[in-house]
Amino acid sequence: MKRWIRDGDVVIGRLDRQEAAVVRGLVSQIQDMLLARAEEAPQDELAELTGIRTGSSEAPDDPILGRLLPDFHRLDDDAPDPDEVNSAAALRSLHEPELLDHKTGAAEIVLQTCSPDGGEIRLSIGEAEAWLASLNDVRLALGTALDVTEDMPDELPPEDPRSPHLGVYHWLTWVQDTLVEAMMP
Amino acid sequence: MTTPVEQERTQPEAVGEEIAAEDRPWQTVVWNDPVNLMSYVTYVFQKLFGFSRDKATKLMLDVHHKGKAIVTSGTKDKVEADVAKLHAAGLWATMQRAS
Repeated sequence: MKRWIRDGDVVIGRLDRQEAAVVRGLVSQIQDMLLARAEEAPQDELAELTGIRTGSSEAPDDPILGRLLPDFHRLDDDAPDPDEVNSAAALRSLHEPELLDHKTGAAEIVLQTCSPDGGEIRLSIGEAEAWLASLNDVRLALGTALDVTEDMPDELPPEDPRSPHLGVYHWLTWVQDTLVEAMMP
Repeated sequence: MTTPVEQERTQPEAVGEEIAAEDRPWQTVVWNDPVNLMSYVTYVFQKLFGFSRDKATKLMLDVHHKGKAIVTSGTKDKVEADVAKLHAAGLWATMQRAS
């Protein structure tokens, strides 16, 4: 991978075959998690009649999904305000279907534009924005799974089970950062 | 995560602050998290809200150093839409009533 560059309305990058496999594998996993969450949305006849979809009103139990699909209010862990609990449930139910569409759609654009063989990647500005959002989702998921902190070292001791994954996380950070740089207005 | 400090208002516009507070009963709060890149957060603020690079950078630094920043305020509908956009971008955002 070389850093992304922008040439007018085109953003250009290059991944080798192994790097493309890592990106595609992780993006697919996140997309699958989000699609499974979408499947869990309650089906109701009124929604089918009106076309207004309702998502789940409950926050996901899974910490990774929880980070990708946050509450609309900051709820106190110990003594949440009942009004805010109700409001957060209503807002989640209202907005989550669209958020899931957005995230799975961005993942789909990455999968369509990142060849399994690797090679040059040429993106429109819209596609590059989808890559940014999707790479960010993958980093949020990995960061949650690895319990990343702000002062995370570049390497963990070899006996730490997270050690091999941390390299991937840092690499994705670099890929995303150079894409932001290329896209910055 | 850095320690949250007392909430800070974004710079009021030229109008009187009391009037502005009545017109802006809700606030969009972005919280610090250990994953989101400083460059990306700045980019998102510029892109979603049309902020200048300087304003976006200042708000990003507030999130980073103070634990959170109020990035927009207004009616419930507006703030709700802003929070939804920030969630789509992967930022940790919530909404609250202006105190």
